[in-house]
Amino acid sequence: MSEHVVRAIRRFLAFWYDFVVGDDWRVAAGVVAALATTAALVRAGVDAWWLVPAAVLVSLAAALRRASRAAASRSPGRAD
Amino acid sequence: MHSGFLFLAAFLASSVEMVEALTIVLAAGVTRGWRSALTGAGAAVATLAAVVAVFGPALRLVPIDALRLLVGGLLLVFGLQWLGKAILRASHLEALHDEEAVYALEVEHASTAPRDERIGLDWYAFTLSFKGVLLEGLEVAFIVLAFGSTQGRVGLAALAALTAVVLVTIVGVVVHGPLSRVPENTLKLSVGVLLTTFGTFWGTEGTGARWPGGDAALPVVLVAVVLASLVSVQVLRRRHAALVPAAR
Repeated sequence: MSEHVVRAIRRFLAFWYDFVVGDDWRVAAGVVAALATTAALVRAGVDAWWLVPAAVLVSLAAALRRASRAAASRSPGRAD
Repeated sequence: MHSGFLFLAAFLASSVEMVEALTIVLAAGVTRGWRSALTGAGAAVATLAAVVAVFGPALRLVPIDALRLLVGGLLLVFGLQWLGKAILRASHLEALHDEEAVYALEVEHASTAPRDERIGLDWYAFTLSFKGVLLEGLEVAFIVLAFGSTQGRVGLAALAALTAVVLVTIVGVVVHGPLSRVPENTLKLSVGVLLTTFGTFWGTEGTGARWPGGDAALPVVLVAVVLASLVSVQVLRRRHAALVPAAR
């Protein structure tokens, strides 16, 4: 395969990774883990409707915490 | 109620993305000529319409639970990204998207790019407009497909997106400049809330779990996501306020 084709495939995959997963892969991983665990619990007979909303709140809080820490570390005079 | 939410989500998402696309098309049109810029924008809209027209009917063949799981998962990933960015901007931890600055930068690039004529068009203006509209519109096409296919209302979702495209275009023609006064971040926050709410609701249903109260759980999820977002903005604003005096 020529270098040009490999580069094109890499660019194509990088575009779709960026489009779907975005800046923080941990959010996407958290969503997949929450849905998979809920499906497994349902199969085991537990109606775990509460798991995804709980995971969403935890994922959002964790993503914001990471982003705010990154912003704080960029700030010249840190408060903490 | 679902149809109202569906229309609102597709309309708001499309409005936000089209405001950003309009800035790029304007920059290409003003500096390089309108024919190539508008041809590029038109070609991108036609491509997006084709994507919706092809995948819309195809998604009807997927079993509803599998579709809800897939669509719910993707809506959640997109929704949490939109929501996170909008919350960080609302709490001043990230700079707001500045259409005037983006426009100035695009004009500067377009003014200095060499002229390359292909099929009778200025290729730079054509590709700039095409890429701008296509990339901004791809997420809208997904939202239209996601919301439309899970409820069997692709046409309604596409109409909402098209209404936003027409409205933004008309306002853009009247203003004849980037739409910097549109409260983009508030719109992004609203879209993030809707995507996260529907992603949570459909994703959970797709796993086979059943919401207590069935569809009546949807507004409860919506309120919970709104509250979590507002509390996050307040907490992060306080954190930002604590950081700013320390930086001075």
